[in-house]
Amino acid sequence: MKRRSHSEQHHGKRPRFPGAAASTSPQDEMEDKTPSNPRELTQNPLKKIWMPCKNGLPEKHISQRKVCMTNCPTLIVTVGLPARGKTYISKKLTRYLNWIGVPTREFNVGQYRREFVKIYKSFEFFRPDNEEGLKIRRQCASAALNDVRQYLTEEGGQVAVFDATNTTRERRETIVQFAEQNGFKVFFVESVCEDPDVIQENIVQVKLGSPDYTNCNTDEAVEDFLKRIKCYENSYETLDEVLDRDLSYIKIMDVGQRFLVNRVLDHIQSRIVYYLMNIHITPRSIYLCRHGESELNVNGRIGGDSGLTPRGKAFGKKLSQFIQTQGISDLKVWTSQMKRTIQTAEALDVPYEQWKVLNEIDAGVCEEMMYEEIQDHYPLEFALRDQDKYRYRYPKGESYEDLVQRLEPVIMELERQENVLVVCHQAVMRCLLAYFLDKTAEELPYLKCPLHTVLKLTPVAYGCKVESISLNVDAVNTHRERPENVNIHRTTQDALHTVPPHV
Amino acid sequence: MMRGCSRTRLTQNQGTAVCMTNCPTLIVTVGLPARGKTYISKKLTRYLNWIGVPTREFNVGQYRREFVKIYKSFEFFRPDNEEGLKIRRQCASAALNDVRQYLTEEGGQVAVFDATNTTRERRETIVQFAEQNGFKVFFVESVCEDPDVIQENIVQVKLGSPDYTNCNTDEAVEDFLKRIKCYENSYETLDEVLDRDLSYIKIMDVGQRFLVNRVLDHIQSRIVYYLMNIHITPRSIYLCRHGESELNVNGRIGGDSGLTPRGKAFGKKLSQFIQTQGISDLKVWTSQMKRTIQTAEALDVPYEQWKVLNEIDAGVCEEMMYEEIQDHYPLEFALRDQDKYRYRYPKGESYEDLVQRLEPVIMELERQENVLVVCHQAVMRCLLAYFLDKTAEELPYLKCPLHTVLKLTPVAYGCKVESISLNVDAVNTHRERPENVEVSRMSKEALLTVPAHQ
Repeated sequence: MKRRSHSEQHHGKRPRFPGAAASTSPQDEMEDKTPSNPRELTQNPLKKIWMPCKNGLPEKHISQRKVCMTNCPTLIVTVGLPARGKTYISKKLTRYLNWIGVPTREFNVGQYRREFVKIYKSFEFFRPDNEEGLKIRRQCASAALNDVRQYLTEEGGQVAVFDATNTTRERRETIVQFAEQNGFKVFFVESVCEDPDVIQENIVQVKLGSPDYTNCNTDEAVEDFLKRIKCYENSYETLDEVLDRDLSYIKIMDVGQRFLVNRVLDHIQSRIVYYLMNIHITPRSIYLCRHGESELNVNGRIGGDSGLTPRGKAFGKKLSQFIQTQGISDLKVWTSQMKRTIQTAEALDVPYEQWKVLNEIDAGVCEEMMYEEIQDHYPLEFALRDQDKYRYRYPKGESYEDLVQRLEPVIMELERQENVLVVCHQAVMRCLLAYFLDKTAEELPYLKCPLHTVLKLTPVAYGCKVESISLNVDAVNTHRERPENVNIHRTTQDALHTVPPHV
Repeated sequence: MMRGCSRTRLTQNQGTAVCMTNCPTLIVTVGLPARGKTYISKKLTRYLNWIGVPTREFNVGQYRREFVKIYKSFEFFRPDNEEGLKIRRQCASAALNDVRQYLTEEGGQVAVFDATNTTRERRETIVQFAEQNGFKVFFVESVCEDPDVIQENIVQVKLGSPDYTNCNTDEAVEDFLKRIKCYENSYETLDEVLDRDLSYIKIMDVGQRFLVNRVLDHIQSRIVYYLMNIHITPRSIYLCRHGESELNVNGRIGGDSGLTPRGKAFGKKLSQFIQTQGISDLKVWTSQMKRTIQTAEALDVPYEQWKVLNEIDAGVCEEMMYEEIQDHYPLEFALRDQDKYRYRYPKGESYEDLVQRLEPVIMELERQENVLVVCHQAVMRCLLAYFLDKTAEELPYLKCPLHTVLKLTPVAYGCKVESISLNVDAVNTHRERPENVEVSRMSKEALLTVPAHQ
């Protein structure tokens, strides 16, 4: 997701961001804005955002950015010995930031090394006295930093995660200088762990499958990797409370049991710290499903607060059986505050919690309408939605972008929890799924989340395994694909081409 | 947001937000005198109550003042003062007893035990107390050696303490510094190794650095996040509503109308007012509704739009006059008067929902310095209730008239509030709770307190 719907950034005459320069000339400034002549407002037809305009047209320099998380890009720098979870943290953090709308990308120096040194021979490459190895590794770090600079200054990136060991103070100082020269803020994320079981598990989960070890058996790979770690140990300078007191950082100790946080400078760093303090690596599964088929579903109507059809109730029973066969200890069940999800959860006969923020997307004036009726009454709106389904906000309603902002506390609590079943709605489930499966803003609104199907998500290695389990209870299809013609002048037939059949 | 954990399972599933924790939590402050423990206790208590977690603070110093009517000098705190020690232990016990009652019988969810608790022995006693009663314990230690901060602390909150009403400033400061010294020798700070099994946050140098150990559950995680976002840099927060709107004038609620001429005049006056305040680096926030944006436009400074600052959603009653609500939904209208905080409009929101929606705004306001928030009546009431520590019963009736700016400045343990009317006439939109809230009441009684409109 490129954008985070926290707030819209609007400019007065003084632009806030280097990239969002005002296009108004000095003459415009003087003639346009006097105390007796405030600017008129116009509402953007897609996002329903009120913006100043001139002659009925929105002013060009209006940026659509959200709340200023920070007024300059941020470089997150990992620190730690191999097999301490740096890449795991980098990827997870990148996924989270992108989902909440902060353009973020990770830069893994190991990847650069693998592209440069086609074949990995052994740990000897990492020996501190291997001059050629050191030279290559320094070049790879430089190449990565170069790409970081390009991403943050030319490609619209807001956060870059520089994923490498960065275990010496000297290397970190180089990075700090690089950031200073380019006007980036730096935030270090160090992972410290001496538990041999955790390190072993780490190696098994993500190192054995690495391209470095495709031609080794398990024991060989583990032995080589442990020697690799040893190459770093002698020169490892952990972030120090005194020596590094001027840096901004979080030191994660023993897989999140303890944290040292120093000099959090701004909102984005504060959110990053909060996120890192809430994630864990305890194995667990998250189950996502929609409510059982509802009366409005069957009639091809969106939104509303109707009850379940007989088939929907049958799904509830099947869901109950399914959950029991999963044999999960201590399963938390969450629903929205709409009747259909609560009815579904009731069939499980276990305690559940209702979250208002899990309610389905608010379709505003289109609530309880069929797509045919929306096309009939609001053909322009219908077309705009097809043009940009993620950002489109229903009149007096919400957008997917708004939904993501609303759902952020759910994601945070899901990260804290272990086994959870979330009984929710189509648009809501698409948003949650997009977070776990790292989908873009463009893909999110079209993710397939059919009724009567449970998605079981299990974290594995750097990502998420997803199993789709249909509980074999028939239901109407509610998935409308993006039609070919999204032009506002299209015919009704073109607009309704992809509407799924209904009663 | 939880409203009372003591409800039965069935009701717990209805209308409550995430269950923060399944047993009560005892927050225990740790630190030498003048390290901000009471400041943190009060602020944390205010925040937790606002988000719906019933919380109360128990200040052992208060118990001591009630027991030892007159404070003579620091000698009371000398480590070799047997009688002093005995009294202080009794006060701590009395406070813990009240904590137990609050958490087990009075529906409390969190108790903040505010005392120095500087020895490992004392903390162990508290941990045992908590274990016996099934409470979770979370320590909040404040460590600071900056003499300027400590001095400022003493000046701000100690000089005005009942302990020092009969002293001049120099005497009070001298005595208090000696009081601090009494604790220093026996002070055992929370240790990474020795205290590795405790759950705690150690705040160092007024929030520059934090050590966080074993956060156990959601509420502790929220407490840590909150404590890491607050600061003590002096600043002011300005709250006001949009200028008078077309719907306001017609006595209609909600909607997305524009400003009346008087509303626009308010915008200009607001701009002048802001300039006279001479604030460096003022952030301006609005909602995404036309009337707040129009108001901010008049300021000619950059502003940020927050959707979560939008006015409360009145659902099916949007754009209605109170008379029409009484006409079409007399039952709803009565229910709202019976419990205005928890009442949710059909297909709309409640004040309780609003508070949950506004929590990120409060968090960001804590992070920021000088901010002007141009918002709406119900939204402003929620924000004001947070800063002025108002209850759920008071909140929906707080007076937030149009064309009036509230300037909030943190001072000592609370918030100074100045109300500045910008002298532009506007319709009154404040409807007091009528006497008769019965479902069977007459229209006349229901509409008795509706303010005049066109």
